[in-house]
Amino acid sequence: MAAPTSGASVELADVVKDYGTGSLALDSLSLHAQPGEFVALLGPSGCGKTTALRSVAGLESVTSGRISIDGYDVTTQPTNKRDLGMVFQSYSLFPHLDALANVEFGLRMRKVPTDERRERALESLEMVGLGGFGKRFAHQLSGGQQQRVALARALVTRPRVLLLDEPLSALDAKVRVQLREEIRRIQTELGITTLFVTHDQEEALAVADRVAVMRAGRIEQIGTPESLYTQPATTFVAEFVGLSNRLPGLVSGGFVEVYGVELPLLDPTVAKGPATVYLRPEDVEIVGCAGGAAGGAGAAGSGLLTPQIRGTVVSSSFLGSIRRSTVRLPDGELIAVQHGVSVKPASGENVSLRFTGACVSVSPREAPSSVAA
Amino acid sequence: MTKTLATPSTDTSVAARPTRPGRQRPSGPASATSVAPRRRRPSLAVLGLTPFALYVLLFLAIPSVLAITTGFVDKKGIFTLENVAALFSPQILGTFLSSFWVSGVTAVVGAIVGALVCYALLGTRPDGALRSSINSASSVLAQFGGVMLAFAFIATIGVQGLITVTLQNLGVNIYADGVWLYQVPGLLLPYLYFQVPLMVITFMPALEGLKPQWAEANATLGGSRLTFWVRVAGPILAPSFFGSLLLLFANAFSSYATAAALISQGAQIVPLQIRSALISETVLGRSNMAGALALGMIVVMVVLMFGYSLLQSKTARWQR
Repeated sequence: MAAPTSGASVELADVVKDYGTGSLALDSLSLHAQPGEFVALLGPSGCGKTTALRSVAGLESVTSGRISIDGYDVTTQPTNKRDLGMVFQSYSLFPHLDALANVEFGLRMRKVPTDERRERALESLEMVGLGGFGKRFAHQLSGGQQQRVALARALVTRPRVLLLDEPLSALDAKVRVQLREEIRRIQTELGITTLFVTHDQEEALAVADRVAVMRAGRIEQIGTPESLYTQPATTFVAEFVGLSNRLPGLVSGGFVEVYGVELPLLDPTVAKGPATVYLRPEDVEIVGCAGGAAGGAGAAGSGLLTPQIRGTVVSSSFLGSIRRSTVRLPDGELIAVQHGVSVKPASGENVSLRFTGACVSVSPREAPSSVAA
Repeated sequence: MTKTLATPSTDTSVAARPTRPGRQRPSGPASATSVAPRRRRPSLAVLGLTPFALYVLLFLAIPSVLAITTGFVDKKGIFTLENVAALFSPQILGTFLSSFWVSGVTAVVGAIVGALVCYALLGTRPDGALRSSINSASSVLAQFGGVMLAFAFIATIGVQGLITVTLQNLGVNIYADGVWLYQVPGLLLPYLYFQVPLMVITFMPALEGLKPQWAEANATLGGSRLTFWVRVAGPILAPSFFGSLLLLFANAFSSYATAAALISQGAQIVPLQIRSALISETVLGRSNMAGALALGMIVVMVVLMFGYSLLQSKTARWQR
């Protein structure tokens, strides 16, 4: 096992990146990652997350602002002096070198003696589960194996900061899950500060200590995965993180009324009046379904006392451990409901719904309501 | 100049291998249903290859076979190895050495200069006017040769050429040591005229195939710009470079028309020696010496092309 590194803090202060296209790639971006912390930068394409990561690496020069690692200003420092490890989205192994030589490359640049270099490279390959693959070239490795070697190569120099630029996006789903768990395990063991760029919310929520949701070059919200999911600060975060139903509601006196059901407000300062309410599919429950018992514990819980809403099942999908159904309400609105697989509503079946949780976000009514992914 | 070699494709991308439905073996009972792959019948589209196939047959395959066979028979048509043995006579060996020298020098200089041009082009916008213009010009100039090219040099640096006369008026005589333009060394400049563009069009795709991530990985691992070129880009490009160099060598080795237009006396290189053998049948006093010479050229070209394809296959694998 490679020796633990001493993770360094990473700070971006009011960083601006202007490509001269009319909009800023990074718009006064500020972020502070603690030593040893795993921070995911999450956002849609073009939100600036990769630009932010590349700026930390020094692969992009910033227009203004300050980037510091471990308290030292590295804003204008060349990449090769920043002591970083980086794994790229596309496979970036040197094709003329075998896996072992690839991993040794960073040590060679640091003029580490041959014996130590070889030993540390082998250790690093062992760490990513590729102990016997040292003599293989990139074209003899699968995508997942190549990214493991790239990870070993990035970690073997014991960098202070690890930068991961969507390293899993080119892999198939199963390998992606395996590798992300390994990345998290290794990161925890080594205690290395990690910035992880992804557009996959599940990936970000699964591995990160904190997730920074980015939009238009700024951080919309940063927090633990739980807080982002349960208490999104903005409607953008509510829509981007997780699946949300957008339903019409009416705010008054500390609660919001949705189809006659009063739900508590996470933010009591929301202005009174018509609003769009964001409600998670798992906070809606089907009752009175002919295709099985009512889903969830809510059948016998507090939700039993809440008013019920009638609707007609439009579709129902089996998703392995859960089932997700879409129900049309009397006014034509569609609502997504997540429930156990034992409940099997049929298309066209009339069911009753009840809300078992709080709405995650409320915004003044603007757009027509629908189901938002 | 007569080009006997087609410029091979330098596309290093890996195309998906097309499936051959006609060869797929049905598996299981479902194969009998309508979803089973249909056996493809020979398409009429294959007929489109006929003109090219005929052309290759008439002007490459048959002449090659004739050249090889005539090299092994004497005037009476009786099998002999004497023609082939004569290839090792001092006169013929000297001709081959001259050809190797011209081809080697123009290939090495052309490869280096061409690679530098490619490197300079790498700094321009991929879809910019400059790169497009130079790519287009290179594609044309790589095929520019023969009498036209010879005339261009005669008109400019010939004995009465524009530049020669102008320099003479300035007191500089480029032919003070003899008229080298019409000797073997005189082939160097005209050959470079098409060798450099050929290098540009064959080597540029390899240079463009360098992934930016390799440079970025090198930097994040602590490498400098120099280490990138020495330890990463250099080794990755080496097979392409040497493959292109072999191609340039073969290109010069097989060139005939430019040399024939410039050198009217003597037969200092192999293609001109073949001309002499065909016209006068007096080379070493043997009637079928042209066939033996052609056989020698074919052997050289086969070795070169084998080396070229080996290097290309390595590059293609690396740049997937």
